[in-house]
Amino acid sequence: MKSITTRNTLRVIILIVVASIVIGPLLAAFFGGFKGNSELRTNPLWLPDSWDAGNYIGILLDGNFWRYLGNSFFISLMTVFLTLVVGAAAAYVFSQIRFFGAKMILSYLLLGLMFPFAAAILPLFIKVRDLGLLDTYWAVILPQTAFGLSLAILLFKAFFDQLPKELFEAAYVDGCSYLRFFWSFTLPLSTPILATVGVFVFVQSWNNFLLPLVVLNDRSIYTWPLGMMQFQGEYLTQWNMILAFVTLTIIPAVIFFLAAQKYIVAGLTGGSVKG
Amino acid sequence: MTTLDRTAVPRRGNADRVKKGLVSGKFTALLILLPPALILFSLFVILPLADAVYYSGFSWNGYGAPSDFVGAQNYQRLLDHSVFHTALWNTAKLILVSLLIQMPLALGLALLVYRKTPTNTLFRLVFFLPYILAEVAAGLIWSFVFDGDYGITSSLLHAMGQESVYVLADHQWAFPAIMTVIVWKYFGFHMMIYIAALQGVPKDLVEAAKLEGAKPRQVALFVQIPLIKHAIVVSGFFAIIGSLQIFDIIIPMTNGGPSNSTHTIVTYLYSFGLSRLNIGFGSAAAVVLFVLAIGIAFFYQRTTGKGSKA
Repeated sequence: MKSITTRNTLRVIILIVVASIVIGPLLAAFFGGFKGNSELRTNPLWLPDSWDAGNYIGILLDGNFWRYLGNSFFISLMTVFLTLVVGAAAAYVFSQIRFFGAKMILSYLLLGLMFPFAAAILPLFIKVRDLGLLDTYWAVILPQTAFGLSLAILLFKAFFDQLPKELFEAAYVDGCSYLRFFWSFTLPLSTPILATVGVFVFVQSWNNFLLPLVVLNDRSIYTWPLGMMQFQGEYLTQWNMILAFVTLTIIPAVIFFLAAQKYIVAGLTGGSVKG
Repeated sequence: MTTLDRTAVPRRGNADRVKKGLVSGKFTALLILLPPALILFSLFVILPLADAVYYSGFSWNGYGAPSDFVGAQNYQRLLDHSVFHTALWNTAKLILVSLLIQMPLALGLALLVYRKTPTNTLFRLVFFLPYILAEVAAGLIWSFVFDGDYGITSSLLHAMGQESVYVLADHQWAFPAIMTVIVWKYFGFHMMIYIAALQGVPKDLVEAAKLEGAKPRQVALFVQIPLIKHAIVVSGFFAIIGSLQIFDIIIPMTNGGPSNSTHTIVTYLYSFGLSRLNIGFGSAAAVVLFVLAIGIAFFYQRTTGKGSKA
């Protein structure tokens, strides 16, 4: 039998190897952004000879970069807002109100869990165009919200079902209407699940590529993945510039991830609904 | 929560008020809260999918109303197109790699880091990191890694005295390179599913097995893995449905090349349907994707018992 220390050493070695494969390319991109293109050719992986932040500063001073990020941010924020409000409203109905056909309508809305988004992309393009929404924020926000609804409703309903029933009874006795109850009790009590769904929806929207690619043509409204591909098209083989750009877009994602990670864990395990 | 104190008010005599409240508020609530979801979902999910089926019967460039009805001709063209065969086969390869390499890797790593210690938490965060990065960003970084002039693979080959290879321009290597990136990108997601499940396995079961003299490998194989079967089924479902839809990573890496050898179903329907405004033809590819996804979902749920409810 192997001793515990050998086993643990082996374990740590495996973990470190995998971690370096995960982190390696990201670090190479970060370092690469500081290098000149000729240095990059001979030294693609390790630290740069000199830390020349020129590439980074050039991109940061370019208004386009910030416009792309701003567009993505607005679209993601609106998608989160709409998904939370519309999804929670529907889930509340299914959780609290008994009515004819409820089950069927719920199954209909949950169909989206199985549907591949890409299968709808051509007709979506036609629909968005016919509605006159091409090259507007709504061309991305509305379909994204619609496709996120199924999962949101599923998670919200599961959460609402667990809220204490006595609360509803008591409130109704006091003459509180369904609508008011939704607004002043259900929503405030559901912040953990709202946060969780919100974070997922935000990340998905922030990273979305296919939909913006299809419905946005005007550069001024590009989201950052489109802007990055545009940038790559302009600088083709100047990898140092491209790597700087990619790194700059990854940094906010990493920061958000580290911050939201805690929030998700806290949301799922902590506080919840004891009151 | 101070308002809750009012619960203490005696309930008797209020029964009719309850009834009235229930009836009066109910329909208003229904009429206000439900339609937004129904309308959005129908307009942007159900209707487009139905449209795809309809459009797939026409030869149509997207302008005016579709009028040139061609029956099943678009599907016939698809079946005759060798690039579509490649795309289907590539998609199948992605599914296989996800199930046979990515998931076991994720499971192994989950077993190594599921216990709650600070170092484990750090490793978990690192492994999960690629999952939250945008596919396009990951694709660009890896196309640098695989670049024949600048890349890391080529300088490694140089160091070993070999000539550099333009991995992504090479028929033989381009798709394996893409599969590598996909494993890199998504294994952390599956690992997280397993970790959550492993933490739910009762500790006394594991301890009992150890006391009986089971080695860690045996504990994993005969106690922990059987107990998290449900999580494995769920992650397998995600792996398959996800593999069917791979698009973003391919575009920055190969854009379907060299000579159309790295297309997936979705890059195919984008390149041959949308980019060339063959809306009818592309819709036929979309219908195939749709049918595959639904078919696999049903088949998977049948064979694995209850699945998919994550």
